[in-house]
Amino acid sequence: MSDLRSPLARARGLGSARDGLHHWWAQRLTAIALIPLVVWFAISLVMLSGADYDVVRAWIGSPLVMVLLILTISVGLHHGQLGLQVVIEDYVHGDGWKLALIVAMRFIAVIFGLAAIVAVLRIGFGG
Amino acid sequence: MSVANRPAHRPLSPHLQVYRPQLTSVLSILHRATGIALSVGALYLATWVIYAAASPEAYSLFQGFNTSIVGRIVLGGWLFCAFYHLSNGIRHLFWDAGYGFELKDAYRSGWIVVAVSLIATAASWVVGLRLV
Repeated sequence: MSDLRSPLARARGLGSARDGLHHWWAQRLTAIALIPLVVWFAISLVMLSGADYDVVRAWIGSPLVMVLLILTISVGLHHGQLGLQVVIEDYVHGDGWKLALIVAMRFIAVIFGLAAIVAVLRIGFGG
Repeated sequence: MSVANRPAHRPLSPHLQVYRPQLTSVLSILHRATGIALSVGALYLATWVIYAAASPEAYSLFQGFNTSIVGRIVLGGWLFCAFYHLSNGIRHLFWDAGYGFELKDAYRSGWIVVAVSLIATAASWVVGLRLV
């Protein structure tokens, strides 16, 4: 027998949905990308400590910083979203709550990420 | 109900109240805790960029909080979480590649992670607060 699950279990769609490998791989890929990005971002944050409005805007608006910031925002939130999904799956046991929390968490990540990217572009292109 | 089918009410393992923490287990749970903290902190930092794009008044409001004691603790704490999660994450990537599973190696890499994250955090606080 090649599949130990009952036909009912398979029909319900619980258990492996065949995207576990994609989750694992995406988490590692974003982790590797974040190594240089987080080092760069942490150093920048420390250097900008106490900087005023004009200095911060000039920094955000320079072309290289814009690219690196948008990368950090999108890759960082993607990585965080993958990690939080596992945390929710581990500790929240009711199916309804689990789904609701994962959906809410993903929506928040996308909304904040998009808003921050728009903010970076607006500063860079002088909107 | 036969004895074999009766649900057992034995303590579950690891039984946290009597479980002596080891370096490896503490670092493991700290990786998850810092990951959650970094995610929440990422929203705070996203707000920083959004306020910088909004107006000078909005930004000075936000910067006022950043430079307060609470703001310093939030940002300084976020930096510690970032350095810890970063160095322990690299430790995890080595494990994923199949290296460092011997108990001796796991402890040695664990202490390296502790040292690197504490030194990087201390350095970032000293420079960030302009103490030198």
